[in-house]
Amino acid sequence: MEDFLIKLPLLLDSMIRLSVPLLFAALAGLFSERSGIFDISLEGKMLGAAFAAAAAAAVMDSALAGLLAGILVSVALALVHGFASITQRGNQIVSGVAINFVALGLTVLLGQAWFSQGGRTPQLSPDGRFGELTLPFADQLADVPFLGPLYEGIISGHNILVYAAFLMVPLSWWVLFRTRFGLRLRAVGENPAAVDTAGVSVIWLRYRAVIVCGLLCGFAGAYLSIAQASGFTKDMTAGRGFIALAALIFAKWKPVPVMMACLLFGLLQAIPIQYPQISLPGIGIVPGQVMQALPYVLTVVLLAGFIGKAIPPKAGGVPYVKER
Amino acid sequence: MSETNSSAATAPSPTSPRAIELIGINKRFGPVHANKDINLSVGQGSIHGIIGENGAGKSTLMSIIYGFYQADSGEIRIKGQPITIKDSQAAISAGIGMVHQHFMLVENFSVLENIILGAEGGAVLAGALAKARKDLKHLEEEYQLDVDPDAIIEDLPVGLQQRVEILKALYRGADILILDEPTGVLTPAEADHLFRILEQLKAQGKTIILITHKLREIMAITDTVSVMRRGEMVATVTTAETSLAELAELMVGRNVLLNVEKTPATPGDVLLEVEDLTVRDDRGVIMVDQVSLDVRAGEIVGIAGVAGNGQSELLEAISGIYPALSGRVLLKGEPIHVTGDADPALLREKGMAHVPEDRHHMGLVLPFEENENAILGYQVREPFVKGPFLDLGAMRRDAAEKIEKYDIRPPNPRLKTGNFSGGNQQKIVLAREMEQNPDVLIIGQPTRGVDIGAIEFIHKRIVEMRDAGKAILLVSVELDEIRSLADRVLVMFAGRVVGECTPDTPEGEIGMLMAGIERAEAAE
Repeated sequence: MEDFLIKLPLLLDSMIRLSVPLLFAALAGLFSERSGIFDISLEGKMLGAAFAAAAAAAVMDSALAGLLAGILVSVALALVHGFASITQRGNQIVSGVAINFVALGLTVLLGQAWFSQGGRTPQLSPDGRFGELTLPFADQLADVPFLGPLYEGIISGHNILVYAAFLMVPLSWWVLFRTRFGLRLRAVGENPAAVDTAGVSVIWLRYRAVIVCGLLCGFAGAYLSIAQASGFTKDMTAGRGFIALAALIFAKWKPVPVMMACLLFGLLQAIPIQYPQISLPGIGIVPGQVMQALPYVLTVVLLAGFIGKAIPPKAGGVPYVKER
Repeated sequence: MSETNSSAATAPSPTSPRAIELIGINKRFGPVHANKDINLSVGQGSIHGIIGENGAGKSTLMSIIYGFYQADSGEIRIKGQPITIKDSQAAISAGIGMVHQHFMLVENFSVLENIILGAEGGAVLAGALAKARKDLKHLEEEYQLDVDPDAIIEDLPVGLQQRVEILKALYRGADILILDEPTGVLTPAEADHLFRILEQLKAQGKTIILITHKLREIMAITDTVSVMRRGEMVATVTTAETSLAELAELMVGRNVLLNVEKTPATPGDVLLEVEDLTVRDDRGVIMVDQVSLDVRAGEIVGIAGVAGNGQSELLEAISGIYPALSGRVLLKGEPIHVTGDADPALLREKGMAHVPEDRHHMGLVLPFEENENAILGYQVREPFVKGPFLDLGAMRRDAAEKIEKYDIRPPNPRLKTGNFSGGNQQKIVLAREMEQNPDVLIIGQPTRGVDIGAIEFIHKRIVEMRDAGKAILLVSVELDEIRSLADRVLVMFAGRVVGECTPDTPEGEIGMLMAGIERAEAAE
């Protein structure tokens, strides 16, 4: 118990770090799916972005260059998904699966061809990564009871992308619910014919939505390879794109609940890291693997629709064809 | 009068200013010439009706005016000025507003959000919503169109949803309002209210184009009317100078009997009995509430009601497609398992045939050939089977016979069912079910989306079945159809049978029952 309390700030700190890529990816999915384009290729876009970010950061020795490269690749993949599902009216699931496979294979292939390190990218120097920021007064306040550790240990000391991710939540809410773009985007996901007859282009609107999706996935990928880690490793997303998708569904496609869901998944991922040995009365020591599997188990449970009824955007997954 | 000059649609009063003129509009979809040299001229501040059978080209024409399609050739003039309408945006800027048959509303948005969609007037909504709220109040007062701006669309009844569509057009500054089959989903009272709104709009100088296939509405409200047939504009007349019969004749090109000729029924034994049937749908809502009825041999029992008052669920429960919650159904005195696993195939064997309401989703497999659909559900019967195989020769011979008897066109049993017109598809379903010689026939919406020529034929066949001693349960949202076919009329409202009348009961009285107004209340 004592151990638990001592490690609690560390647990919360890990939770925040681990929830950031989920949060970026889930918000990315939010924009895409709210516009009626289902996107299971969050995973592939993140992976592509992670690789591009690490490769560019390694070559140019600049974190910013890495981030831009990550965003560029992710947006390019998003445009492929957009072309397949908006312009060509293809099946959005098939297109998403294809992108996931391409990203999985191509990152390793190019990594090996360029850096010859078994698909990894070179270890990044400090300039190639987003370093940790110490917020003002963090050190001075460290000794204040309760608030001190909370501010210094949990809120301060993250890299800039962490703060960007959490700022993205109110920003996404504002864009979706308080701007013209958001109104039209939500409308096109519910009834594209209403948008079309109102004289607004369904195609251009949906393209903008998938571009925003690509942009945010770019942040998610870059965070993994050049902020959290210092280099790309094979399949480093490890299903986070799908976990983000589960969080999005669990949160019923709303920004603030999306953040809560991502924090929950982050917490589940953080527990086995901070408490590798959990012993439960009557059961004994729980194997670490069980705890590590928890986020994935929860993903399956959520995606199978066990918790509540999630109503997706009505026109989701359906290509828009003007009726005769 | 069967052919009228198609090139010059003569406007009744060519001197008044023209709101909209179409000159020589042509539109082809592949081999189909959907609009042939269409000329139309609508006077400002008038209500102009456009009637025609299904597939006559009305919707295509309106889609061209609203910028959904481009005409292949021809000219559109608004207030005398030639314009190009390349998309809906251009139509809106030209002052054209459209109320679509299927409302173009976002169901989980508020009324206000739907109204500003596409006309927000700024990247941030806050100001736009406040302005829209004020303008909306103005519009509501001007045209007496009350609706709560903060209500969510899906909570509103269809009549109000339609009002939102009208407000949407007015908010965009529409001078010309096109309404596509606006009364299809309304109760008679709601339809009357709509007509008062249209009169009001007309009084304010708006031009209204009303597309419908209901002749009575045309007679009741329009100033002038154009008739379309097979892609051509066959006539434009002043409403006051024409008659129902003349319009009907113009629509189909020959005389059509609007009333079905039939002798009084001679009811025999009760063949179908329904007792206290209750059906709960997937959402958990009681859709059919303790309905009891019986149908005798040699009579047609019609169920009238506005769509969505439980008629569909009643049909599905009786025909064994959807399990009922409680109640009993007796077919020729023998109970059938309506609350459990009732089996439509078994019901067919016992002599109950079912013409489902929705032929596309339940009646036919559209990608199949005609001869396959012509036996669907009876494919395990003689003479269609030979051991474990289908007898294709027998199927095609059977299909050819039905095609001949029901005048199904084109007469090709190998054609994909989806390529037949709506009326011919319906005949395929009817032929299949009627030719098996059932004792009880359940028919839902026999003539939905069917042209007048086919309606006449279908009505005749139904009466023939009755005269052959079959018990027929008929559900239709077309009150005219129920009144002209049925021997007894039951009215459903909110899942209950709220009244039984004779078919010659005045339309208004049945309409009140359909709207849920009890007879006692109505008498007060």
